[in-house]
Amino acid sequence: MSPLSLSTQGLEIIAAILAAPLFVGWVNQCRAWLQNRSAPSVLQPYRGIRKLFHKDAVLAERASALFRITPYMVFGAMVLAAAIIPSMGTRLPLTIAADSIALVGLLATARMFMSLAAMDVGTAFGTLGARREMMVGFLAEPALLMVIFVAALISQTTSLAAIAEHLSGQTLALYPSLAFTAVAFTLVLLAENARIPVDNPATHLELTMIHEAMLLEYSARHLALMEWAAALKLFNYVCIGIALFVPWGVATESQGPVGLLISVPVLGLKLLGAGAGLALIETVSAKLRVFRAPELMATAFLFAVLGLLVHLLLGA
Amino acid sequence: MVHIPLLLQLVNACAAGLLLLSFAMLSQRRVVTLVYLLATQGALLCLATFLLAWRTNQHHLYISAALTLSLKVLFLPWLLHRLIRRLGVYWDTEPLLNSSVTMLLGLLIVVFAFGLAQPIAALSSTAARSTIGIAIAVILLAFMMMITRRKAMSQVIGFLSMENGLFFGAMSATYGMPLVVELGVALDVLVAMLVLGVFFFQIREQFDSLDLHHLESLKEKP
Repeated sequence: MSPLSLSTQGLEIIAAILAAPLFVGWVNQCRAWLQNRSAPSVLQPYRGIRKLFHKDAVLAERASALFRITPYMVFGAMVLAAAIIPSMGTRLPLTIAADSIALVGLLATARMFMSLAAMDVGTAFGTLGARREMMVGFLAEPALLMVIFVAALISQTTSLAAIAEHLSGQTLALYPSLAFTAVAFTLVLLAENARIPVDNPATHLELTMIHEAMLLEYSARHLALMEWAAALKLFNYVCIGIALFVPWGVATESQGPVGLLISVPVLGLKLLGAGAGLALIETVSAKLRVFRAPELMATAFLFAVLGLLVHLLLGA
Repeated sequence: MVHIPLLLQLVNACAAGLLLLSFAMLSQRRVVTLVYLLATQGALLCLATFLLAWRTNQHHLYISAALTLSLKVLFLPWLLHRLIRRLGVYWDTEPLLNSSVTMLLGLLIVVFAFGLAQPIAALSSTAARSTIGIAIAVILLAFMMMITRRKAMSQVIGFLSMENGLFFGAMSATYGMPLVVELGVALDVLVAMLVLGVFFFQIREQFDSLDLHHLESLKEKP
């Protein structure tokens, strides 16, 4: 374990925690621009989180310990996920601990805790949100796994860091299979992060919401952690997408400290692009009815499996 | 991984695009969009033919590419658009199966087609032999589209898409059919399209709708 890899690891975790709300702010700003609204500051999510941390927490009378520890569990899972994803460098000491399949499991753990906590208090909306979240989740997960399998088949490893290193180090090659899986991954990203075709992150209209319905009973520091974790989740997903589909510019071992210096602004540029793209998708598409969401996820699964088949047939 | 030259990689990418468009057509219910998808499929086919002609120096493939461009990308979609406007059919009714089931069945078809193509690809010696599976899949998916649709318009579009698949299959297995055959097929498709256009009007006059469901009963209901 060289000092360089240790510092890459530390930098990645800290950057993910600090930059995640900024990314959400950027997406919101882009959306506001596209919709001809005057945009809130990109720092708005930080202000929201800071405000919530200064308030006193209110808990439901019958809330169990699970309800109280869930924000910490979810936040912890997201930070751990951020540590595994090679957003800046591929030599991360922690990647030995978990490959990409374990990463999917980690995200599923967070989802499970959130759903259980939402059901814990026993309000109708919480249960409703939890059920919907599980419905979307269990359909999105196989699609996500398929996406990862295609990339894993191409680079002969399931470690996300090794996949990113292999893909970034190649000479120019067209991968139709990766194009298919990129579409699938985009759909999964939208569904898992409660973005517009599946859920509207800005609404508090109870009948249509999924993610927000689970957070209704949370207040103050718990709510802040949950919102921060949601921002981190979005950030993580975008970073997974970057690692799988546009890994160029990530620091590999041979490049040394210079690679790390270059990779930070490159990552920033990619995130700017991804945020603008996300805002564009959300602006041009309408929210689907909840019961149409399985269709969207079936499409995502279809794309991912098509990618797999095309890879097996064409070897590319 | 075996290194594949860039031109062939492009052909492979076109093939993947053809497959993708077949799935898009399978799930699309707006007839106008279906025609656009068909035209795009034709354009991709034309591009793939052109690239393969360039790569292998088969001069008759250039003619095929030109034929595809003029017929499948420009003329037939124009004809279809005109028919749609004059008949006023913009939507297909709900297909016989819902779209998720259709998609999953489509996936099974693709697996079947890829399995089917493996021995053929092993025998073939063309540069683009690995795409035979995709061609078969496109044919079968178009077939399935014809089976699951009710309106005559979408069935005809399925038929034309099947022709695209056949053409691509011939191209990837043996660098295209002999030019005479290809011209004959192109003419056939053209004539079929014109005749079917007349048919549409006849069917509509008889039943006030393009739903082929009405043609299933042999005689008038009492």
